[in-house]
Amino acid sequence: MRKKWMALFAALAMALPLGLAGCGSVSSGGNVLNVYNWGEYISDGSEGTYDTIREFEKWYEQTYGQKVKVNYTTFASNEDMYSKLASGAVSYDVIIPSDYMIARMAQEGMLAPLNFDNIPNYQYVDESFHGLYYDPENLYSIPYTYGIVGIIYNANVVDEADAQGWDLMWNEKYAGDILQYNNPRDAFGTAMYKLGLDVNTTDRSVWEQARQELVKQKPMLDGLVMDEIFNAMEAGESAIGSYYAGDYFTMVDNQADNVDLQFYYPERTNYYVDAMCIPACAQNKELAEIFINFMLSEDAAIANAEYTYYASPNRLVYENEDYREEMGEETMEILYPELGNFADQYNRYAYRNLNDETLGYINDLWENVKIN
Amino acid sequence: MKMKTSAKIYSALIFLFLFAPIAILLLFSFNASKSLSVMSGFSFKWYAELFQDVNTLKAVRNTLILAVTATVIATVMGTAAAWGIDRMRSRWYRRVLNTVTDIPMINPDIITGISLMLMFVFVGRFFGAATSLSFWTMLAAHVTFCLPYVILQVLPKLQQMDKSLPEAAMDLGCTPLRAFFKVELPEMMPGIVTGAIMAFTLSMDDFVITYFTSGNGFQTLPIHIYSMTKKSVSPKMYALATIIFFVTLALLLVSNLVDNKDSRKLKEMKKALKGRK
Amino acid sequence: MRQRKLKGSQSGYRAALAPYSLWAMIFVLVPLVFVAYYAFTDNEFHFTTANMAKFFHSTSSILNADGSTREVHTYIVIALRSLKLAAISTLICLLLGYPIAYIMSRAQEKTQKIMMTLIMIPMWMNFLIRTYAWMTIMQDTGILNNMLAALGLHRIKLIGTETAVVIGMVYDFLPYMVLPIYSIMAKMDDKLLEAARDLGCNSLSVLRRVVFPLSLPGVVSGVTMVLIPAVSTFYISQKLGSGKFLLIGDVIEGQYAANNFHFAAAIALVMMVLLLAVMALFKYLTGHRMNGGK
Repeated sequence: MRKKWMALFAALAMALPLGLAGCGSVSSGGNVLNVYNWGEYISDGSEGTYDTIREFEKWYEQTYGQKVKVNYTTFASNEDMYSKLASGAVSYDVIIPSDYMIARMAQEGMLAPLNFDNIPNYQYVDESFHGLYYDPENLYSIPYTYGIVGIIYNANVVDEADAQGWDLMWNEKYAGDILQYNNPRDAFGTAMYKLGLDVNTTDRSVWEQARQELVKQKPMLDGLVMDEIFNAMEAGESAIGSYYAGDYFTMVDNQADNVDLQFYYPERTNYYVDAMCIPACAQNKELAEIFINFMLSEDAAIANAEYTYYASPNRLVYENEDYREEMGEETMEILYPELGNFADQYNRYAYRNLNDETLGYINDLWENVKIN
Repeated sequence: MKMKTSAKIYSALIFLFLFAPIAILLLFSFNASKSLSVMSGFSFKWYAELFQDVNTLKAVRNTLILAVTATVIATVMGTAAAWGIDRMRSRWYRRVLNTVTDIPMINPDIITGISLMLMFVFVGRFFGAATSLSFWTMLAAHVTFCLPYVILQVLPKLQQMDKSLPEAAMDLGCTPLRAFFKVELPEMMPGIVTGAIMAFTLSMDDFVITYFTSGNGFQTLPIHIYSMTKKSVSPKMYALATIIFFVTLALLLVSNLVDNKDSRKLKEMKKALKGRK
Repeated sequence: MRQRKLKGSQSGYRAALAPYSLWAMIFVLVPLVFVAYYAFTDNEFHFTTANMAKFFHSTSSILNADGSTREVHTYIVIALRSLKLAAISTLICLLLGYPIAYIMSRAQEKTQKIMMTLIMIPMWMNFLIRTYAWMTIMQDTGILNNMLAALGLHRIKLIGTETAVVIGMVYDFLPYMVLPIYSIMAKMDDKLLEAARDLGCNSLSVLRRVVFPLSLPGVVSGVTMVLIPAVSTFYISQKLGSGKFLLIGDVIEGQYAANNFHFAAAIALVMMVLLLAVMALFKYLTGHRMNGGK
């Protein structure tokens, strides 16, 4: 009896590490497309907008004379999406991760190279988005949105003269009114941009410098937040915080009467790209490519850009007159600043995928900041 | 028994505490803007939006299916288990089972979720299945984390019960099974009901474990809501919460009325019987 | 006769326990083996005790107000803080919940049913949304503070404090304290209470000498269902604590996000052993009060 148990445990122990790789091979049958995306990250027909998924199903049936069913599910973070996919327990056909996660998944062989013959609309994607670090040879991904981190402040509380650079987030004058990110990567980023440090370094002493800066800032903070920043800024609960340009406009739409939110870009800052990819385990690769192509078509792309308020890398969107008018001149200026050198800025300043060792080290430093 | 005034005031305060956030949700579900802190006008639009939102409605349906199924299974299995634990004479074995019962409550959801996922994947591999996560794995996970709550509700009722009751029933000629249904089950009932309510509540509200054990295509409401991280949560969800609240309240009232009618009928019948005598 | 009956109920309890035992074996113990396996291996799945050592030995320097620094054991400090907040919340739940359970159990049967459902209904609203609503109530410009200001009182800082986290925990766990105590008291014999009163006990001593000892099994269940999950909660501290401090649940979540599930598993394992010990002690102590107990 005991021997049997030992054998079972041995088998278990050997199988476990292998358990986390590869994918199944049974097809789900029929024309089913499994799309896996962030929540509220696609125009879904609410408030009279374009219902991307239904429109795709309709369009597909008209074009190919066959029905297709889109299984649309959502995730809350890149890490959650990654764990689920890495387990090999489920398969998806289209996913929309962020840049650093694409780099990691590509490196681990979790993404399938795209067949661009099926994605002719790729021609509309701006050339600035070719050859970015996470996909240098443009094999695996097609950008969906991009954005630049800026600083949002309430002009009724903050003096215009103080609203410059990252220093605003360390300004003693506004102690108790400042918000910091509640995740290590973004929080360390603000300190490193402020100090002019390399945000992708593996040098521990550099990270330690940033930690000290964050510890200094901690007593001045009103809170460490993620999406709670929306309510905090809109209500005038806090006066200073850093977030994406597209989100600033969402906040302005909802701000209280006594709040006047303003926005600017510091000199060095983070850039992100979220892109559509096909996992290596996809059951329906060709259909996935047709879907991605549809997402790049004019109506869908514009609807999604308007819904998310994020910048689109698609020419059909940002050159569209109606879209530009809908957004307004001021918004366009903030959302699409001088695209010419995007790739250059991006490759220099954007967060990259760090190795596990550095990731672990930053997390330890982050815990230290938190218990301080 | 009539409630004393002090008891009434105390109960009112507790319910005020419990329902304060619900009042907030109710208020902001009529907000014209998306904010949960700034009221910028009155509007029904989130309700209109909600009823057009196929994904959300589907998620509600899925959540209910899952919660009801998990509750039924967990309640039956948990009640049987509690009864068995109470009867057990081996003190050692009972202690082991009690400890095992506590474990799903101790582990943080993320640990339970991931370890269950790993197990399902492992077993799936073993049997050569391609996609090992499905509705059934999610159901198994839900039953697992609901079970302790049912057991912990039923067990104290059994400890409280006079053990001579079922024996007396059997001495009077009841079969053990009949004695169980006629004597023990009614004694356990308050515990079973509260246990089932808890199981249902937990199942409806779980996000992390559900996330890691769900396959593609079956999305529950908590997953739907938690994944709204890019922008803040849509006020449609406040509208949904308000509707859920009023529907349950209405159900409660209706069941109460039905109860009243039944008990009145019962009284009348008893009277009639007495009269005949 | 007697012999046969006992035998019958013996096999009966085995049959009743079998499904649960099997279930617990597969869905509780096997995943536990996975957790232990991860806790004692590194990223390459080689055996290591480094994760355990990290939990007990790792230190952080804390900046004092006067600019000097001191060293503390990171995870032990965090674990103790989580235990402290969970214990405080459990105690408040017990103090608030016990009277309401008693009131419910003495009310008319119809009222009992309504109150029981009303206590649970708020928990049917999604947890995340409920927590957001609490933020709206407790923030500096929130409803509570606006009410205080309107009454001419001082505004209070709630959001981002330990108090806010405790309020959030009490709110989310209160029903799990009330219901088990109530379900025990519901069937308590009124005659017993009357007898105690006839024997000259005043209300308070009836409560202390008769009601409380009888309700102990319910209290044990309630404390178990509140204390244990409260220790590992993480969302409440992020939202109502404004993310300013870490509880052990946050640490586990953070380690998972940093791609270090091995250490997350190790923390979970240590906490499990610790909590099981705490619960064993608690059950032992209350078991003694319940007449030598079960």
